[in-house]
Amino acid sequence: MNATPTSATQVQGKTKKPGKTMSLAGFFQSGRGDSPFKRILIHLTLIIVAMISLYPLLRVLSVSLRPGDRLLSTSLAIIPPDASLENYISLLTDTNFLLWVWNSFMITAATATIGVIIASTSAYAFSRWKFPGRKAGLIFLLSTQMIPAAMLMVPIFILSVRLNLVGSYRGLVVAYSITAVPFSIWILKGYYDTIPRELEEAALIDGASRLTTFVRIIIPLSTPSLAIVFLFNFMQAWNDYLLARILLANASEIWTWPLGLQSLQDQFRTSWGQFAAGSILVTIPVVILFLYSSKYLISGLTLGGVKG
Amino acid sequence: MEVFFGQVAPSLKEVGSTILLILAATLVLELLLYLILGKLLKSKYTVPFMLMAPAAVGLLFLIVYPLAWEFNLSLTNMSLRHFGDKAEYHWVVCQAAEPGTVQNWITDCLIKNYADVFRLPVLKQVNFFPVFFRTVLWTASNVVCHVVFGLALALLLNRPMRGKGIYRALIILPWAIPQVIAVLAWRGEFHYEYGYFNIMLTNLGFEAIRWKIDPLWNFISMVMVNVWLGVPFMMVIFLGGLQSISNEYYEAAEIDGASNFQKFRNITLPLIQPVMTPAIILGTIWTFNNFNIPFFINQNELETSDILVTALYRAAFQYNRYGFSAAFAFVIFIFLLIYSIFYIRVTGGLKEVTE
Repeated sequence: MNATPTSATQVQGKTKKPGKTMSLAGFFQSGRGDSPFKRILIHLTLIIVAMISLYPLLRVLSVSLRPGDRLLSTSLAIIPPDASLENYISLLTDTNFLLWVWNSFMITAATATIGVIIASTSAYAFSRWKFPGRKAGLIFLLSTQMIPAAMLMVPIFILSVRLNLVGSYRGLVVAYSITAVPFSIWILKGYYDTIPRELEEAALIDGASRLTTFVRIIIPLSTPSLAIVFLFNFMQAWNDYLLARILLANASEIWTWPLGLQSLQDQFRTSWGQFAAGSILVTIPVVILFLYSSKYLISGLTLGGVKG
Repeated sequence: MEVFFGQVAPSLKEVGSTILLILAATLVLELLLYLILGKLLKSKYTVPFMLMAPAAVGLLFLIVYPLAWEFNLSLTNMSLRHFGDKAEYHWVVCQAAEPGTVQNWITDCLIKNYADVFRLPVLKQVNFFPVFFRTVLWTASNVVCHVVFGLALALLLNRPMRGKGIYRALIILPWAIPQVIAVLAWRGEFHYEYGYFNIMLTNLGFEAIRWKIDPLWNFISMVMVNVWLGVPFMMVIFLGGLQSISNEYYEAAEIDGASNFQKFRNITLPLIQPVMTPAIILGTIWTFNNFNIPFFINQNELETSDILVTALYRAAFQYNRYGFSAAFAFVIFIFLLIYSIFYIRVTGGLKEVTE
């Protein structure tokens, strides 16, 4: 964060040939003491990338603020000159939007919590014991990632019809709790592997049980990773469309928001304005959650267990 | 509003009771394991098995059982005509056919659906291999862009500078936006008249592009959206890898007079290899199986933009060939499995992780 270079690095920067720092190779350097020109270039690149990242969301915002049905426009202005909150108000009063968000929130919060608990204990087993079938288990978890999403839809649909799970949350709660578990176990196992075993061994000698070492040592030390896994589980359930479509069927009171928002497009008129307003409203909580946990994102997402 | 308040209590009750049910089932399961493994067999692996039991049972129900069911389905002739409570579908074993009329019992009867994937069109017109090669092209172009841009951004953000946190937060935003919304917003930008790209192109004096009709540009638009969507994940993974590299290596290299490119090639690249390999494997699998982007950008219009998974969805839910699509799904799954095993073998990538 601190951009003021110390005198040593300044000297270092000056000893380099000036042409070199401006060349492409300069970008590969991880370091300090860049020339002002290069620093401006880097900031410029990052600003452009950030704008590209942000742009589609700004366009959705712009559509949501346009009044009436003047939604198709060749204007590229983000805030339209006659901006109004009309779409937001009609979305909240004329549709079941609040109910859809509540349904989604309730299911997501519950299943993300269950998912994290299930994954964290399994990952501990994978990280600390060499039980028979361990390697096969890890490979099985990885290979579940290769199953195409549409592949399980036919069997899950037919099975849930037979088990009478269509039209209620039961099937959805169970399914969401499990879907993100394989990936979560991989992430958490990678993180636990970096926690020295000596900590637990000392506690075990003092007479602590395995459960105590897990709750008292591993859980507190792996907060970043647990936060990330919670975020993934949350997003998986919050954003899911396919499974909800199959399991919740046609009763609009139990819909989650993706089904509800999609129904705004299904009706006789496509309410793009309401759709955009709803999109902004459901995106905000996830973005807040993301920004809040972004300090954990980098430290918590250990894919390969790097040892530095 | 009345609907809202009327619905809150029943929905809470339903979710709550389901959670209690899960909890009760878990307790029974753990108790059984404890008694059988711990007390009866005195296994030294009682604790890990108890820790894993809930996940194992859940995956058994949600993945293994449906997969087995799907495999059974792939051997049947189930389609919309043979669908319903009474099992009107059956295995394609050709009981009815005369032995002499069937040339090859294995490919025409036992695994007919699997053979059909390769010898008949998987959709209306396209055969398997053109779709397969398109999927490979889709995957390769996306993953290469993800890795290159992700690594470049990670390198830029890994240096001491002002406003790093803000840039990072803004750049990971595409990851946070619900995919369906992001993709539909992008689809709007490819509109012939009102989309951003064509407005810019015509303003600059070029001809507008028919993004939704021209197969090539449709494909390019899909790749553009997916690159936008996937770069943040790679960037975060690489940032994690870069931050774990000790600065001493670079200082030592500096003393030896290494150039920046040499430092990148000989220090940075080898040391982020352990995160890079699993990231590339996962990225490839996720891109290969990416459903949302081709599905929502193309909206089932051009067959020439279908990749394997959207073709699979069409075969199952548009043409309702359930038995055939089950076989098709297994073919896709097996191709991915072979690729992953091959990649892991060549790079030795997951050795450290699975040990």
